[in-house]
Amino acid sequence: MAKNTSSSAFRKIDIDQYNEDNFKEEEAEQSIPTGPDESEVSSLLNQGRCTEALQLVLSNAPLGSSNQQVKDSALALTLKVLLAIKSAQIEEAVGNLSRDDIDILMKYIYRGFEYPSEGSSGHLLLWHEKAYNIGGSGSIVRVLSDRMRV
Amino acid sequence: MSQTITFGDSCAPITCHAWNKDRTQIAFSPNNNEVHIYQKEGSDWKQTNNLVEHDLRVMGIDWAPNTNRIVTCSVDRNAYVWTQGPDGKWSTTLVLLRINRAATCVKWSPMENKFAVGSGARLISICYFEKENNWWVSKHIKKPIRSTVTSLDWHPNNILLVAGSADFKVRVFSAYIKDIEDQPGPNVWGSKLPLGQLLAEFPNSPSGGGWVHSVSFSADGNKVAWVGHDSSINVADATQGKAVFKLKTEYLPFLGCNWITNNSIVVAGHSCIPLLYAYDEKEVKFVAKLDNTQRKESGGLSAMKKFQSLDRQARIETNDTLLDSIHQNAITHISLYKGTKANTEKFSTSGLDGQLVIWDIDSLERKIDGLKI
Repeated sequence: MAKNTSSSAFRKIDIDQYNEDNFKEEEAEQSIPTGPDESEVSSLLNQGRCTEALQLVLSNAPLGSSNQQVKDSALALTLKVLLAIKSAQIEEAVGNLSRDDIDILMKYIYRGFEYPSEGSSGHLLLWHEKAYNIGGSGSIVRVLSDRMRV
Repeated sequence: MSQTITFGDSCAPITCHAWNKDRTQIAFSPNNNEVHIYQKEGSDWKQTNNLVEHDLRVMGIDWAPNTNRIVTCSVDRNAYVWTQGPDGKWSTTLVLLRINRAATCVKWSPMENKFAVGSGARLISICYFEKENNWWVSKHIKKPIRSTVTSLDWHPNNILLVAGSADFKVRVFSAYIKDIEDQPGPNVWGSKLPLGQLLAEFPNSPSGGGWVHSVSFSADGNKVAWVGHDSSINVADATQGKAVFKLKTEYLPFLGCNWITNNSIVVAGHSCIPLLYAYDEKEVKFVAKLDNTQRKESGGLSAMKKFQSLDRQARIETNDTLLDSIHQNAITHISLYKGTKANTEKFSTSGLDGQLVIWDIDSLERKIDGLKI
């Protein structure tokens, strides 16, 4: 085989940029979601109504938002809720969620792995186990394939 | 309940397969530029032909049952129509696809007077025969496809075409060719039907949802089913204002879907087992797993078997990872084996493990209690 074929640099050339009708990501057209209300979630947590707090953060997740700040604060809030719920209550909390919420929960679990704090990853693994028991491989695949990231 | 066929000693993945009309012959591609034709002889399958014309991997094969013509398409940007002479030899006719990317899928129309080829050039070529020049010419459907066309299926009326694409969308087009057919009347999908008319467009999911892997028109032509990379099964119903019914499953993504009656769908993919789902005009719901194989202790493991199983699962370590299913790797293709689309009795699946499995729905129905298809 010719020597020059061992180079793979040509694979990195973006030939599509020379194409006029190049594929572009569709713009998200929905209204700007503001994310969950922090004070409401905190008050639920303080009253010990953790599962309700979880449902609140998941159903208000700023999925379509392009504002990274909103997403980051929603992530911080969700992680706070996830870590506040005790290991023994996880199963019950997950059991109360709809299938769509399980998918969103799975997205937050993986995002949580990206920003570990003391003991958080071990706790998130427990969450992952329970969420996987209901959502199966499908919900993990949806974390990967969905364009609307948390 | 199911019958497994392997062809020769080859463990190469089967990219795609197609049956002839009476199911005595099968054409498939062993993941390269060749198309092998096997004929059934007693309980054995013998290779009778090897169609070599393509330069690169064959992506799609379709065998027209009545006119006995095979069409193949390939990454080399070509499609060929194969006709069998009286001596059993197959000869080719060139198809002018006019595309600058790989051809990915091909389907004969129900009347077998034209076929559609999807491609990476973000268009669909509708091909028909031109007598004067003795070749197949094509007309393009371009807009608004924004990425590779991954799968196609024809409406039973020979006019409409559904296409799934890597831009996360499923679209229904008119593929009416005025040079060769009469003006079509209106149908549930639309009334104005010039070539390329977009009659419906469905995103795989509101949040994107990944590539669409497979699409299928129901036998009554009123519904479209598709599967995408978000492990979901979707049905769009034209009789309900083109409403979409989506079921997110707990399995790995599906690569193939086929209607087997007017209200049930069989799907298969990376989970290696075919699954049955039903649509009841309100939702898509799970009916049954069609493969309940329990892991067998293989009696007397021969060296040959061991290496074959290594090949099938594309692994290099020797630890045992036999799956609890007949297929040992992802199923990539489903096709009808016996019956009609409105009442399928048997269907066949092939995949990356190089096996072809024929599934008998009748006996499955008996085996699984209370299963009503």
